[in-house]
Amino acid sequence: MMSMSFDELLPLIFIGLMGVSLLVYVVSDGYDLGVGMLMHRATPDERDTMVASIGPFWDANETWLVLGVGLLLVAFPKAHGLVLSELYLPTALMLVGLILRGAAFDFRVKAKADRKAMWDRMFIAGSMLASVCQGWMLGRYISGFGEGWNYPIFAGAIAIALPMAYALLGATWLVMKTHGELQEKAIEWSKIAFAPMVLGLILISMATPWISETVRIRWFTLPAMIAVASIPITSSVALLTVRLLLGAPAVRGALCWLPFALLVLVFLLSFLGLSYSIYPYVVIDRLTVWQAASSPESLRVILIGVCVTLPVIIAYTGFSYRVFRGKTIELDYA
Amino acid sequence: MDAVLLARIQFAANITFHILFPSISIALGWVLLFFRLKHLRATDPQQKLDWLRAYRLWTKVFALTFALGVVSGVTMSFQFGTNWPGYMERVGNIAGPLLSYEVLTAFFLEAGFLGVMLFGHRRVGEAIHLGATFLVALGTLMSAFWILALNSWMQTPAGYEIVDGQFHARNWLEIVFNPSFPYRFVHMVLASSLTCAFLLIGISAWQLLKGVATASASRVLRTGLVFAALAAPAQMVAGDFHGLNTLKYQPQKIAAVEGIWETTRGAPLLLFAIPDDATRSNHFELAVPKLASLILRHDPDGELKGLNEFPSAHPPVLPLFWSFRIMVGTGILMLLVSWVGLWRHWRDGWEFSLMPRPLLRLFAGMTFAGWVATIAGWYVTEIGRQPFIVSGLIRTSEVASRVPSASIALTLVIYVTLYVGLLVAYVGVLKYMSEKPEKRLAAVTSEDLAQDPLRYQSRGEFA
Repeated sequence: MMSMSFDELLPLIFIGLMGVSLLVYVVSDGYDLGVGMLMHRATPDERDTMVASIGPFWDANETWLVLGVGLLLVAFPKAHGLVLSELYLPTALMLVGLILRGAAFDFRVKAKADRKAMWDRMFIAGSMLASVCQGWMLGRYISGFGEGWNYPIFAGAIAIALPMAYALLGATWLVMKTHGELQEKAIEWSKIAFAPMVLGLILISMATPWISETVRIRWFTLPAMIAVASIPITSSVALLTVRLLLGAPAVRGALCWLPFALLVLVFLLSFLGLSYSIYPYVVIDRLTVWQAASSPESLRVILIGVCVTLPVIIAYTGFSYRVFRGKTIELDYA
Repeated sequence: MDAVLLARIQFAANITFHILFPSISIALGWVLLFFRLKHLRATDPQQKLDWLRAYRLWTKVFALTFALGVVSGVTMSFQFGTNWPGYMERVGNIAGPLLSYEVLTAFFLEAGFLGVMLFGHRRVGEAIHLGATFLVALGTLMSAFWILALNSWMQTPAGYEIVDGQFHARNWLEIVFNPSFPYRFVHMVLASSLTCAFLLIGISAWQLLKGVATASASRVLRTGLVFAALAAPAQMVAGDFHGLNTLKYQPQKIAAVEGIWETTRGAPLLLFAIPDDATRSNHFELAVPKLASLILRHDPDGELKGLNEFPSAHPPVLPLFWSFRIMVGTGILMLLVSWVGLWRHWRDGWEFSLMPRPLLRLFAGMTFAGWVATIAGWYVTEIGRQPFIVSGLIRTSEVASRVPSASIALTLVIYVTLYVGLLVAYVGVLKYMSEKPEKRLAAVTSEDLAQDPLRYQSRGEFA
C-alpha cells in the first residue's frame, strides 16, 4: 500500500470519483424522484408547487448518473460489461422510468389542460419505476449477482427500501422548500416514510453481511469493528434527530432545512459503509479495481479533464442552488 | 431473431429518436440568444414585445426538446454498455476520454445553466441571464463536438496504436481532429441550422394559416427564411467536401451510395435504381451519364471504385442508396423553398399578409423536413460504416452483447412503443403551443406599451 505508484493509484482515484458521482446522483435525483412519488398524495395545485421545487435542478441531478455510469464505462470497461449485462432488464426498465418522468415533467405544463392529469400519472409512475429498479439494481450489485433463493429476496427488500428512502428525502426537501399547508403535508409524509426507510436500512445492514462472507469478515473482525462502528452509531443518532425534529415546531420555521441535511448525512454514511464493504472490488469477490481498469494513460487524460472541470461544475451547481434558494415560487419561463 | 441484429435495431431506434432533439436544440440555443438580444436592443415598444413573445414561445419549445434529448441521451449512455460491451473493452482507451470530456465539459454545462436560463429570469440580472443562455447554447454545441469527434474517429480512425488487440491513444490531436471530423462537424451543425430554421418557418406559417399569429410570428418566419436561405447552400458546399473526404477514406461507402458495382470511368449518377445484393446489379436504373464522376472526381471521366472491389466487407447497398437520395432530395427542396419564400417575401415588401396561402401551406408541410434529411444523412453515415464498428478494424458483430435475444426483443418493443408515443405527444404539444395565445402577454397591447413601457418592465414582463 505504501509503495503504490501513481499508475496503481489511478484506478482508486477513479473508483472514488465514480462513487462520489453516484452518491451525488442518489442524493440529488433521490430527492426529486421522491418528490415525484409523493405527488400521488397531493392536490393539483400542490403538484405544481412540488414540480416547481425541483424544476431548475432535476436536469443537472440526472447528469451525475451519466457521469457515474460514464466513469464506470470508461474507467472500468470490464466491470461495466459485466454489471450491465447482469442488470440488463432492470436497467432498461429504469431508463423507461426516467424517460417517462423527464418527458412528463415538461409535457404536463405545455400540453392541453385536460391532459395534465395523465402526464402527472406518467410522472408519478416513472418516478416509482426508476426508484424501484435502482433499488433492485443496488441489491443485486451488493450481493455480487449471487445465485440462490436468498438473493432475490434481498434485492427485493432493497427495491422497496430505496424508494422509501427517496420518498423520505423528497418529503424533507419539501419541508425545506415549501410553507403552509403543503409543508404540513410534507411533515406528515416524512413521518409516514420514516419507519419503513429505517426498517429497510436495518434489514440491509443485517442482510449484507449474511449474504456476503467478504462483508461479514470485514465488519465483524476486531479491531476494525470498533472503528467502523461509528458509521451505524452516527447514522442512528442522525435518524433519531430527524424523527424528533419532525415532531417539533421549529421544523416549520428556522430549522426546516435540518431534516434534509441530516438525511444527506445518513446517505453519505451509508455510502462510506458500502465502500468499506466493497473495497477494493468493483464487482464484489469477482473483479478488483485494478483488474477492471482502463490503461493508465487514458485514465490520466480523463483525470486532467476532471481536475479542471469538476471544480467549475461544483461552482456553477452551487450558483444554481443559490439562485433558486429559499421557498419555492411558481415557475415561469424566462 | 439474431441477438446482434436485435441489438443493432435497438441502438438504431434509440439513436434515431435521440438525434431528433439535438438536431433542433444545437441551433435553437443560438436562435434564442438572437431573439433575446433583438428584444433587448429594440427601442420600439411593439418590436420589443414581438421579440419577447418569440423568445418565450421558443424557449418552451427548447425546454421540451432539450428534456427529450436528455432522457434519450441518458438511455444511449447506458446502451453503449448494454448493447456493445465489447466496444469499450477494445477501444475504451480512446472512446472513454472523448465521452467523459463530453459529459464534463458539455453535458454539465447545459444542464447546469438550463435552470437559470428557463426559470431564473426574475432572480438574476439581465447580464447573467444572457450569460446562462449563451452557456446553454455553447454546451449544446460542445456536446456535438465531442460526440462527432468520437463518431468521426470510428469512421476514419487516426492517432492510435494496437497492442494485444487493445487500442491505445498515440496522439490525441490526431484522434480528435481525425481526417473526417471537420467535415462531419460542419455538416452536422448546418443540418441542425436547417432543421431549426424549418421548424421556425413551419410553425410560424401554421400560426399565420390558423389566424393565431401575432406580429411576432412574422418576425420568426422571416428569421427562419433568412437562416435557411443561408444555411442551405452552405450545406450543399459542405456536403460536397464531406463526400470527397468519404471517397478518399471510405470508398466502399461512396460505391454503395452511388450504386456502382464495377469500377467505372465516367460513372453515371443514378437518379433511380433498385440495387440488389443477391444479383450484384441494379434494377430499373435511371441515370445521368458521367455525372457521378464529375461530382466526385470533378472530372467527367474520373474513375470510381465499385463494390465488387470490396467483396466481403461493404455496407448493405439498398438502404444507403436510398437514404442518400432522400437526404439530398430533401436538401434541394429546402434550398428551393427557402429561396423562393425569401424572394417572394422581399418582393412583397416584407409584408406577410401578401404571402400566398399555398406557399404558407408548403412551409407548414415542411416543418419537420430537417428531421427527414438529418435522419437519412445519419443512416448514410452509420449504415455506411458497416459491417465495421470501427472502420476496417473492428466488426460490429465482434463487440455485441451476450444478453439473451429475448431480453433484447422485449426491451426493444418497450422502447419503440415509448418513443412513438412520445414523438406523437411532442408534435401534438408543439401544435398546441403554437395555436394557444400566450395568456400573460396576450392582454398587453401596443397602446399600453406606448403609454407606459416602464410599467411592464418593472413588472418583469420585459425584463
